[in-house]
Amino acid sequence: MSATETFDAAKARPLWHRIVVRPESVTLLLLIAAVFVSAWLSPFFADLRFVLESATFYIEFGIIALMLTLVVVSGEIDLSVAATMALSACLFGIAHRAGLGMPVAILIGLGSGALMGLFNGVLVTVFRLPSIIATIGTMVLYRGIAQVIAGDRSVGGFPDWFVGIDFIAVGIVPVPVIIFVVLAILLGLVLGSTLFGRQIYQTGTNPIAARHAGIRVDRLKMILFTASGLTSAVGGLLMASRLGVVRYDLATGGELQVVLIVMLGGTYIFGGRGTIAGTFLALWLLIIIQTGMTVANIAIEAQLTVLGLLLILAIISANAIYAGGRR
Amino acid sequence: MTALGRLVRVREAGLVVMLVILAVVVGAIQPRFLTIATLDIILLAIPLILVAAMGQMMVIVARHVDLSIGSILGFASIAVGMMFRDIPEMPLWLGFILAIAIGAGLGLVNGLIIALFRLPAIIVTLGTLSLYRGLIFILSGGRQVDPNHIPEALIRMAQTSPIGVPWIVIIAFFTALLAYVFLRHLRLGREIYAAGSNPDAARLRGIRVNRVTLVVFSLSGAMAGLAGLMYAARFGYVNPGITGVGFELTVIAAVVIGGVSINGGIGTVPGVVLGVLLLGAVSVALPILGISGFWQDAIYGAIIVIALIVDGSVRAGGLVRLVTGRGG
Amino acid sequence: MKKLMLIASAAAIGLMAGAATAQDQVEIVYIPKNTGNPYFDSIIGGFADACAELGCSFTTVAPATAEATSQIPFITAQIQRGVDVIAISPNSPDALNQVFDRARSRGIQVLIVNSDIPGSEDHRDAAILPVDFTTIGPAQVELLGSMINYDGEIAILSATTDAPDQNVWIADMQTVLESDDAYADMELVTIAYGDDDPQKSTTEAEALLANYPDLAGIISPTTVGVAAAAQVVETAGRAPDLQVTGLGTPNQMRRFIENGTVEAFQLWSPYNQGVLAAHFAMGVNDGSITNEPGQTFDVPNLGTITIGDDNVILTQDQPTTFNADNIDDFNF
Repeated sequence: MSATETFDAAKARPLWHRIVVRPESVTLLLLIAAVFVSAWLSPFFADLRFVLESATFYIEFGIIALMLTLVVVSGEIDLSVAATMALSACLFGIAHRAGLGMPVAILIGLGSGALMGLFNGVLVTVFRLPSIIATIGTMVLYRGIAQVIAGDRSVGGFPDWFVGIDFIAVGIVPVPVIIFVVLAILLGLVLGSTLFGRQIYQTGTNPIAARHAGIRVDRLKMILFTASGLTSAVGGLLMASRLGVVRYDLATGGELQVVLIVMLGGTYIFGGRGTIAGTFLALWLLIIIQTGMTVANIAIEAQLTVLGLLLILAIISANAIYAGGRR
Repeated sequence: MTALGRLVRVREAGLVVMLVILAVVVGAIQPRFLTIATLDIILLAIPLILVAAMGQMMVIVARHVDLSIGSILGFASIAVGMMFRDIPEMPLWLGFILAIAIGAGLGLVNGLIIALFRLPAIIVTLGTLSLYRGLIFILSGGRQVDPNHIPEALIRMAQTSPIGVPWIVIIAFFTALLAYVFLRHLRLGREIYAAGSNPDAARLRGIRVNRVTLVVFSLSGAMAGLAGLMYAARFGYVNPGITGVGFELTVIAAVVIGGVSINGGIGTVPGVVLGVLLLGAVSVALPILGISGFWQDAIYGAIIVIALIVDGSVRAGGLVRLVTGRGG
Repeated sequence: MKKLMLIASAAAIGLMAGAATAQDQVEIVYIPKNTGNPYFDSIIGGFADACAELGCSFTTVAPATAEATSQIPFITAQIQRGVDVIAISPNSPDALNQVFDRARSRGIQVLIVNSDIPGSEDHRDAAILPVDFTTIGPAQVELLGSMINYDGEIAILSATTDAPDQNVWIADMQTVLESDDAYADMELVTIAYGDDDPQKSTTEAEALLANYPDLAGIISPTTVGVAAAAQVVETAGRAPDLQVTGLGTPNQMRRFIENGTVEAFQLWSPYNQGVLAAHFAMGVNDGSITNEPGQTFDVPNLGTITIGDDNVILTQDQPTTFNADNIDDFNF
């Protein structure tokens, strides 16, 4: 961060400019606009309880997106997150079906997720593979293994206390939403105000300089990939609880949604820039857009088109703002 | 460079060895695998992948990647399929030209966004993967083009030709031959390698890297468009929700297995052809052996990851010394 | 100017009337497995035509993919919209139970259309099935038998290994092949699975031809599979020595009937399912139909319908056979 900060200081942008002209403000504006458009599209939208209930369908991806933000800020990416969700959830389901008991099954689910993340980390740091390709490879691999072990069958039969976490609410706020908010605050603090967080920014801005500054870049990336796998497993378990069953094709295409959330939040795809606040806002933006279009009975093809366009627009605008700040 | 050249040849030899091992092992378990009939099946399984892999390899050699080819394939096949349906007198050759042109156009859009805004190809094409698929539904109204609306002459191209081998197989290998000539003997082709192995150096040498980007994405789209028409020929219908979904992963797998380096600058057409053959042989070996199709993705994934690890170890230097007996 | 105002006021009245009827009309929504599936378009057509007649308001929404969970946001949105009836062809036999319960707790009627959710019957009000599924297996075997003179090796090309409907039909086929002497000379050599994917189904069908050179017939009780098998047999030039039949839609199979690759295949009427489902939903809603096993009701052109055990309702008893004589009468 120090390198870019001096850069910024040299250019001496006015304070208000630095506060206002940043990708997160674009996200916030879009969020506000989306709320109004959705309310205009359908009279059924403006109902906080409904929006919060619908939020539970996307919250799993939001939780993963929070951790992926750290990965992207460090200059890497993890496209295997949805496949990791599916495989860890399937391993959890199969462990439970084998009679291992819920605590052990949950541990297997979480542990396998962490291991899958660790494997990604090994590919990236030991074999020096670009994470973008390495995690496409593991995406196919993890999903394929899930298909082999679970077949086309749903694995279910979980105890009642485990099923339906999205139905448990504090007031009108479902538990998964609370988990998301708590994790956002925690990771926001880690990224924003700890030494580790500063090291993530430095690594993403300039890995070579970071290495010279004594940061153990490989270890840092290994930790982030493992954490990403672990968070994906948490997302997988939340989904298993919400659906009451697990399947190999759980969260198919979810990597697109997760990447979309991170990009919408203004995180710089080349690393070094981005905030948890942006990702937090972006998740709500996505929830509002998808829920608003669905409750307005807008056909799915239009929804796909809007999502694809949004992703491209988000990276273009973030890129433009960062480039403007540097020039 | 000679070490590198030797390395590429080692990779191709390795693929041949893997193909032979696969044939021997599968043939030992199920002798029927080693018949002309099986070879016919393999040849029919690969044309789409082979054609799209030629485009994808150029993209990857130029240090990009194109995830949108499955949606481009779907878009071109739906668009041209609808034209065949609504304008029955449209000649077949025009269908081919249109499919290739539509594909090239969509690919060019990818290239423009990537080059103009200096964005990573993987994210842009992830976005257009979704965008183009949405447009397919809008264009088609969500309706498939049924078999009786696909021209008979097109379907026959997947069945036969004057020399017995189906036309689409001939077209696929001819496309590979063109790609080989283009990459080896034309200046533009060689510029792709230069731009991919070191974009900054390439710029200094006067190579217009942005133009290379536009060219490779247009070609990749064009190839996907051609593959779209071959899909209509082979399967006899095109469906907005099915046609081309997940196709990009198979193609990228074939290209990576074929020894194209994901770091750009390295890769040969014969290697990619062998990679496509290997994947095709695996996909046919599974049903011949009676193994569930559920294994296919896991096996593809494992092959990709192993190919990547080999690629990584090679560049890390160890294997180069081991294989060539000199420094990497 | 006067004319313009007339139009404007007429439009305003129309809008208000629209709003008023929307209040009064029974709202039915149908959620197929995914968009772009011609089979479900026929069901939608049945719903729409019946609703136009019965005076209900009908809409349809669908996800892009038939993935197990993709329908959940759509169901939740319809609950929020306050529709009266959710008719759905679910992508999973169990992943939707939670959201079904929520819909029913708000007084919404949940109808399963086209295939039931085995083991989860408690989570829906009724299931509309296209045909008595116990007749499919024997009918398919008889059809293929008549095409191959009841003699020779036959194979089955199914969807996925765990597809519930297909597995029931295949078990019935095996039973009838073993128990009925008429099929004594027909030998089931293998069951292949094409996962309802065109590419895999095609490769599996080609492998069948390679592995069993003497194969006389293929039964593919799935629309993607039967089209792929027919295409492969045509490509290999093996018709008429190798006969293909199965369950397919007329539009998908028309070409193969016309060029002689396929003699006949079977299906039912997805359109009538939509009609029946709309009549049933309206009847239950206005109290003229009691949703209890054993109760009966009349549907124009479909006759008297009886509600069966587990609230399963059959649209027709036997599958319809399509061949060169009648295929031109159907367009779906």
